[in-house]
Amino acid sequence: MELYRSHVLVCGGTGCHSSGSADLIEHFNRDLKKYGIEKEVKVVQTGCFGLCEVGPVVIVYPEGAFYSRVKDEDVTEIVSEHLVKGRIVKHLLYHDSVDGDHEIKSLDEVPFYQKQMRVALRNCGVINPENIDEYIAFDGYMALGKVLTEMTPEDVIDILKESGLRGRGGAGFPAGLKWEFTYKAQGDKKFVACNADEGDPGAFMDRSILEGDPHSVIEAMTIAGYTVGADQGYIYVRAEYPIAVERLTKAIAQAREYGLLGKNILGTDFSFDLELRLGAGAFVCGEETALMASIEGDRGEPRPRPPFPAVKGLFGKPTLLNNVETYANIPQIILKGPKWFQGIGTERSKGTKVFALGGKINNTGLVEVPMGTTLREIIYEIGGGIPEGKTFKAAQTGGPSGGCIPAEHLDTPIDYDSLTAIGSMMGSGGLIVMDEDNCMVDIARFFLEFTVEESCGKCPPCRIGTKRMLDLLNKIAEGKGEEGDLEKLEELGEGIKIASLCGLGQSAPNPVLSTIKYFREEYEEHIRDKKCRAGVCQALLQYIIIEDKCRSCGLCARVCPVNAISGQKKQPYVIDQDSCIKCGACMERCPFDAIVKR
Amino acid sequence: MSAIDLENQEKFQQLQKVIDEWKDKEGPLMPVLHSAQEIFGCLSLDVQKYISKELDIPVSDIYGVATFYSQFTLKPKGKYRIGVCMGTACYVKGAQAILDELKKVLDLEVGETSDDGLFTLDATRCLGACGLAPIMMINDDVYGRLKPEDVKGIIDKYRDK
Repeated sequence: MELYRSHVLVCGGTGCHSSGSADLIEHFNRDLKKYGIEKEVKVVQTGCFGLCEVGPVVIVYPEGAFYSRVKDEDVTEIVSEHLVKGRIVKHLLYHDSVDGDHEIKSLDEVPFYQKQMRVALRNCGVINPENIDEYIAFDGYMALGKVLTEMTPEDVIDILKESGLRGRGGAGFPAGLKWEFTYKAQGDKKFVACNADEGDPGAFMDRSILEGDPHSVIEAMTIAGYTVGADQGYIYVRAEYPIAVERLTKAIAQAREYGLLGKNILGTDFSFDLELRLGAGAFVCGEETALMASIEGDRGEPRPRPPFPAVKGLFGKPTLLNNVETYANIPQIILKGPKWFQGIGTERSKGTKVFALGGKINNTGLVEVPMGTTLREIIYEIGGGIPEGKTFKAAQTGGPSGGCIPAEHLDTPIDYDSLTAIGSMMGSGGLIVMDEDNCMVDIARFFLEFTVEESCGKCPPCRIGTKRMLDLLNKIAEGKGEEGDLEKLEELGEGIKIASLCGLGQSAPNPVLSTIKYFREEYEEHIRDKKCRAGVCQALLQYIIIEDKCRSCGLCARVCPVNAISGQKKQPYVIDQDSCIKCGACMERCPFDAIVKR
Repeated sequence: MSAIDLENQEKFQQLQKVIDEWKDKEGPLMPVLHSAQEIFGCLSLDVQKYISKELDIPVSDIYGVATFYSQFTLKPKGKYRIGVCMGTACYVKGAQAILDELKKVLDLEVGETSDDGLFTLDATRCLGACGLAPIMMINDDVYGRLKPEDVKGIIDKYRDK
């Protein structure tokens, strides 16, 4: 094996990749050759570091220098200064990664990472996901070896049950029980499947695991195959994730080459192989029965349960279906033991949870925290708070199935049960922060538009009910809301929750119901006062000139296309609300910020 | 035989290869449709009929599947496919304004293709690059941290290509 004096880790996650990290790698390699140090310094493309906000991210070891928002021209400087002369390029370092004396802190001391605990993401940003040897060097496939040579299927199930691991896809069903059901199901043929159809808008946890550590999922699925008695597995992955698909394909090929997939794995009589199946852009396929219908080549429509997949799943055979993050936890649980896992988290939610932090937050990115961490810790300590000094309004968890959590619940410890109790849900892990500029009626409408479009149409409560709810919300947002609309929304919502066939419909009203619950006065303002305090609902806006700020320059009156603005020298100008068409041209033009919309 | 027929024939041969590879596996339809769309650019009725015959699946079923999933298209798309991410993170950071600006600049509604066949405008699901929100993709190129005023310049670049 070759030894290098320095390693340059370049993030190859989607965020950094989109901002050009692949070009950076090329540039590094070119410059290293130029200085003839390509045998001394190794450039590695890793999975996601998590701190997408400051991407593309480059970390140089052994110093641990964390370079952020690296541009092409910065590479030249990093190579010539840092890698050739050993002088760290301080002005390019991520500001939170250095202390007052410009000394580099270890990653654990950087505020973004301090409260995190990486279990599912342990290898993301650490190893090259396209090289199986690096995974193996970090104890990869050791759990599989242990299971195949030392453990019976019952042992594995016992460990999982004892660990308390619950499904990370949203509903939180105990994983050990699911494995046991499938193990006990009668059948000549069984399947293992992985749900990588991460459809929640604003969620990219599973994507980052698949891109950053694909072997962890492959290893866990092989363990699952041995446990439940399956010799074939499927990974159903979104076609919108080309990098994940590419890395998975490579990883499966490498595992086959090493005899870790295929016939007689590790010399035992256990055989198992994996196949990738691509989704085609249908959110409902994240529902387990719809996902299986899609693999079988049908429209992705859910069917009633029971029978559950553990009894009658893919091609009518017993099938174990888990989500990506659930699988990624399993090798660690086998290696470190159920007691270790049980020690993390809250009483009924064990382990860690990965969240995709986005929206109005300083540190957009991917975080993994022990269950029971509060929203406040995630948003203010890890996430760095809200940009531009704005006020926090709500955090949305669980995507279109979840709800909005107001400031009064910021100190709720996050786990499956506490989130359900406050009207939201864990969901897959999207966490979107909203500030005073976001209108809650508009957000509810946004999610409902999503579910209306994605409803498969099989059951009427979801197909018709969500559409009716959307009509009501549109009415309110357009200033035509009436007394009683909120009550209608609540009644409809409760009905849809009870009567829908699958999880999509059963949870579709949540964004509306939770916003009505916590932000009722905002809805009432829309209905009674025809006002949108966030200034989002266009039909309810008024452009107003602030008298004190107006310098009577007349620019606004000149750009107004309908001559709605009038005024005289030395007197503030006025907008005639009846003729104003709300185009916003005046506000853009005003050099003194004297025009606001309310 | 004309050049168009020849090209078409070659494409069907390519498709046949894909079908042969999948025919004996379980659940072959989705992977075959994916490949067919890659080869032909869209899933025309002729292509669906051909697949129906080769896989022995009724064409009504194939049509049902092809129209169910948003990524499959029965009509050809423009040379440059513009997708504005409408995921939550992008939405709360103003993706709607980007989409509105694109509609104005291109004079297209969502889902439409321009008459010159150059641009197709789509509002897409979350693209997972939330750190760069709001974003849009034009074919494989990603444009992040967009402001409405950036849109025109980006589109002009593709027009001039």
